[in-house]
Amino acid sequence: MNVGYGTIWFEILTAAIKFIALAIGFGMGLASILTWMERRESAMMQDRLGPNRAFLRIPIVGWRWRAWGLIHFIADALKFMTKEDFVPPGANKLLFSLGPVLAIAPAVIVSAIIPFGPTLCLGELGTPVSQLGVCARPVAMQVAHLDAGILFYFAIASLSVYGLSVGGWASANKFATLGSLRAASQMMSYEVTMGMAILGAFLVYGTLEPGAIVDRQVDFWHWGIITQPVGFLLFFTAAIAETKRTPFDLPEGEPEIVGYFVEFSGLRFGMFYLAEFLEVVFSSALIVTVFLGGWRLPATIDGLLRDLPLWAYVVIGIGVWSVKVFVFCWFQLLIRWTLPRFRPDQLMQLGWQRLLPLSIANVVVTAFVMMFVH
Amino acid sequence: MAVTVKVVDRPAGLARQTFLPAIAEGLGVTFRHFIKNWFGNTIGRRNRTEIQTIEYPEQRKKYPPRNRGLHRLMKRANGEVRCVACMMCPTVCPAHCITIVPEDAPDARIEKRPAVFEIDELRCVVCGFCVEACPCDAIRMDTGMHAWPSYKRDGGLVDMPEMLSRAAESIAVQGGVGAFWREKVKQQPQTPVDGAVSPPGAPLGPVPSSEPGSRR
Repeated sequence: MNVGYGTIWFEILTAAIKFIALAIGFGMGLASILTWMERRESAMMQDRLGPNRAFLRIPIVGWRWRAWGLIHFIADALKFMTKEDFVPPGANKLLFSLGPVLAIAPAVIVSAIIPFGPTLCLGELGTPVSQLGVCARPVAMQVAHLDAGILFYFAIASLSVYGLSVGGWASANKFATLGSLRAASQMMSYEVTMGMAILGAFLVYGTLEPGAIVDRQVDFWHWGIITQPVGFLLFFTAAIAETKRTPFDLPEGEPEIVGYFVEFSGLRFGMFYLAEFLEVVFSSALIVTVFLGGWRLPATIDGLLRDLPLWAYVVIGIGVWSVKVFVFCWFQLLIRWTLPRFRPDQLMQLGWQRLLPLSIANVVVTAFVMMFVH
Repeated sequence: MAVTVKVVDRPAGLARQTFLPAIAEGLGVTFRHFIKNWFGNTIGRRNRTEIQTIEYPEQRKKYPPRNRGLHRLMKRANGEVRCVACMMCPTVCPAHCITIVPEDAPDARIEKRPAVFEIDELRCVVCGFCVEACPCDAIRMDTGMHAWPSYKRDGGLVDMPEMLSRAAESIAVQGGVGAFWREKVKQQPQTPVDGAVSPPGAPLGPVPSSEPGSRR
């Protein structure tokens, strides 16, 4: 079995390694930490302490390592795993088990097209970046190189509607069904705006492939947030509505209204919960890719790094991308406690009557500007 | 009766209708609170934050003197327990959580004393009837402590040695001072009503540790 460069086994092996590192390592890790970070950051914004008590006992010295309460995410995971697995009587057993799976699978799969670092060049890992010519054996820091990458993101993200619809229906609970109807209608409304908002970015960059979009954001003035400010705001708003975060979280509406995952407990609820945070992470990753320059640094700092060997440049690129995604997730948590929640009718009105015309107008204006510039 | 209608216009101007400047201002408020609390708390000292949380059990709020907490038994001057096993407190207890097994006391004037005095703190409704019923000032609920969590149902049982560990000497006179107690009180120097050696509400005994499963 030849695992050399160019063979199918090499592609499969590298894709598997990248997927495990990105989706499982980074995505799941950050989503789990977000379960703690949400509580702690919310507490910091509300002038109270969050969870800061769970500790790990260090064996020999016997210390209790609290780490500002970061251990709570492990405690939460253990709690979910050890709870009783309760299936409500009258629930459709197959669909009840399938609901969480259908919720979490799209959230993990969408990470496949996110570019998380500059292209690695096999065989030339040590050469400084400024001396690199055309790469003979490139390995892109992206799990799947699809020419219609962003469409893939939208296609898979649309599948997450199935998770909550199936979960709400299979619960045999009328309140859960109503909640899932709310959630499904909200998600479908804002998917249209998301697609329209990113159409402006597509016009500016000329490509739907996320790696190429990052490559074309060469300096700060080419970042998506500068070339498409209205598109960024619209896409950001629609992405928050897609992931059902506050201020659009009435479907799950924790303190006020019964949501669609009311009958799920233990690890089934854990999967819904983790799916929501995974969507937060990867929608932040997509916004960072298209609008905030991906793994790129502004051109002046980038110029200073051009003398580093390639492996260091790639590592720094991955680190920059991670920091950007983390900061953007933190920003979404900040928005949670700043804005009051929308009513469902206000939400629908916002989606269809305000954001959609604005995004179409954005596309038209962008098209005119591009026509006159070129 | 005519109904007057007042028409209120929506906020004028694009800035106010999109709420974007208001959102930015709100984000500024939350951001300021976050930075102040996170860096004031985690990295700096606590008093630079606006956090109001009291971290129980390391920090305690001051309880009022009539607060009812975990039970404790009181001692006589010679160190013996004041309780004479008269069974008034298990009789009056609405939750039936007190178990007393009496035995003979060596002193003939104090005829009985408890061999077993057990209170199931999980059943206790903290009503204080046992304190009111006791004629000997033998049981009090002024410890300011709370019933401790445990992993088993009988973790709530507190027995006599444990309640005695919080004991203090009581200066109440056994059987009372008689019908003319007001005159006697006026002649004596004023002492606090409870008369206990330590002030009420202060934690007595070891401070509970947060180890899971430890009997405190």
